[in-house]
Amino acid sequence: MSYAVTIASISKTYGAKQKLVQALSNISLNVEKGELFGIIGPDGAGKTSLFRILTTLLLANEGHATVDGLDVVKEFKAIRNRVGYMPGRFSLYQDLTIEENLSFFATIFNTTIEANYDLIKDIYIQIEPFKTRRAGKLSGGMKQKLALCCALIHKPSVLFLDEPTTGVDAVSRKEFWQMLKGLKEQGITILVSTPYMDEASLCDRVALMQSGKLMQVDSPRNIIHSFPHKIMAVKGSNMLQLLNTLKQTKGVADAYAFGEYHHAVLEDGITTLPIEQVEMKIVQPDIEDCFIALMKDHAAQ
Amino acid sequence: MKQFFSFVKKEFYHIFRDRRTMFILLGMPIVQIVIFGFALTNEVKDSKFAVLDLAKDANSASLIQELDASRYFDLQSNLTSYADIEKEFRKGSIKLAIVIPQNFANDISHLNKAQVQVIADASDPNVASTLTNYANTIILDYQDRLLQGKKLPYTIETQTRMLYNPQLKGAYNFVPGVMAMVLLLVCTMMTAITIVREKELGTMEIMLVSPLQPLKIVVAKAVPYLLLSMVNIISILLLSVFVLDVPIQGNIVLLFAESILFTLVALALGLLISSAAASQQTAMFIALVGMFLPTVMFSGFMFPVENMPKPLQVISNIVPAKWYFNIVRSVMIKGVGFAAVWKETLILTGMLLFFLGMAIKNFKIRLA
Repeated sequence: MSYAVTIASISKTYGAKQKLVQALSNISLNVEKGELFGIIGPDGAGKTSLFRILTTLLLANEGHATVDGLDVVKEFKAIRNRVGYMPGRFSLYQDLTIEENLSFFATIFNTTIEANYDLIKDIYIQIEPFKTRRAGKLSGGMKQKLALCCALIHKPSVLFLDEPTTGVDAVSRKEFWQMLKGLKEQGITILVSTPYMDEASLCDRVALMQSGKLMQVDSPRNIIHSFPHKIMAVKGSNMLQLLNTLKQTKGVADAYAFGEYHHAVLEDGITTLPIEQVEMKIVQPDIEDCFIALMKDHAAQ
Repeated sequence: MKQFFSFVKKEFYHIFRDRRTMFILLGMPIVQIVIFGFALTNEVKDSKFAVLDLAKDANSASLIQELDASRYFDLQSNLTSYADIEKEFRKGSIKLAIVIPQNFANDISHLNKAQVQVIADASDPNVASTLTNYANTIILDYQDRLLQGKKLPYTIETQTRMLYNPQLKGAYNFVPGVMAMVLLLVCTMMTAITIVREKELGTMEIMLVSPLQPLKIVVAKAVPYLLLSMVNIISILLLSVFVLDVPIQGNIVLLFAESILFTLVALALGLLISSAAASQQTAMFIALVGMFLPTVMFSGFMFPVENMPKPLQVISNIVPAKWYFNIVRSVMIKGVGFAAVWKETLILTGMLLFFLGMAIKNFKIRLA
């Protein structure tokens, strides 16, 4: 099976010799056709750099990459014809209306809104009532929807979404992922980056990145499955104090805040903790637990 | 092609929806012409002068009347002593004083020789020398009239003709200058800013990841400014012909074609700046300091280039506006044909090719 995206030993540095910043070091991964692939990592992990190399906007210092079978350096023109790209920052024309933005992008990509309307219909229908409103005056969620429509208008084979849900409210985020599922069903390969670890479970496969390095690439289920420890969720009246207590308790490898609970990673063989007057239960590890553990391992190295 | 026109249309939306840009683009030429035409004029008109008439005879009275009647002078006061002259100058109420000695009429008729003293406030040397010239001319005219009928042994009469601009109007000089400035401002600065704005807003990122060739993007951004510049050229010419009474002596088609050539040079410069500047401020700064000031200084429209030190004269040769200014002055004011401006045209064409080549070479097809 051919891959939609292949990345082989990509490295990228910024800056002059004295102040060299290693943005990406030796990244290799493949994305299958029709996959919804997530790249998860905190700010500064190198997600945007990787996306820009794949969308032919940046040149890597080392390594090769292909998108839709085309080399990102030699065949950049062909790639620019067939990918959809939505940068992290809202990058549409603020002084143009929704309709004008969309028809402008359609024309630029040698197509019309009508030709690919079925692809964007579900998304566009939500912002259509405001189609004469200028893009600069839209809410964050509506801007994202418009940007997605514009990135999709030419029916791209691969769609790159750089942090599409950053700065968007929880409801819109949920809706956005729903839309991505719909697009995936239409056969579009989607690469999406996000700093939110809870979004990882919505992807077919995820790559976890930190400070320019790739830590793990797998399906969320496999990642959870391979997590070696038991997790104890703990809730008490004084959460701050509880966290400190947990960290000092014997048998707890790690403890951190996790929503309304604290999660304590238990050492092998431990099934209960000697802390009183708290609510305690063993829970299934979440993908976030895996990431936190991975990131801590990584940072310790 | 459809992509291209769609881009141009979008560019017009940007321009028409931003009132500030609209004002700079279309209001600026009119404002500049009006300011230069009516406020910043270096013509001398109705200058206040005072008279210390010690003769008080028929001849002195008619001489004073001649001066007062001219459109250059306006009699402010009749003084009674030398000390008053100084006082008036210090107050700043006059620019020129005329002293007519006693026995003025008597001297003229009997000695065939009389004196008039002209005192000028030379704190502004240009105005002072202009005023004394005018006063001398009027006094000489007066003398000629007195001489009518009489014969002097011999006289040399100088006949001065001010060619192309007989009334010595400032407008003849600044209309070409304003045209150069406006075209430069509109084309260079606005083009540079509009491209850099796309980089700043991140829209250039999306545009690059599209089938649209980078060159097309850049040309499409320049087209609206070329069209608006033509509107500006027309409005400046209309204003100068109908409001400032500066006639177009030469071939209007040639003038227009040369203006378009200069516009293209300015656009190419704007593109070049945009490829070097990372922010709108930088673009504006480069355009203003690198283009606007040299245009004002070296085009010859404010300060004559011939009077500058040699090194500055050499520098002035690389300022495109200098050549355009020469062309406009030659074609519009003097009314000469292409044969007289082919050299300037060739230089501008060379500059156009050079800047355009540099701009295309420097255009980034990627982000970094």
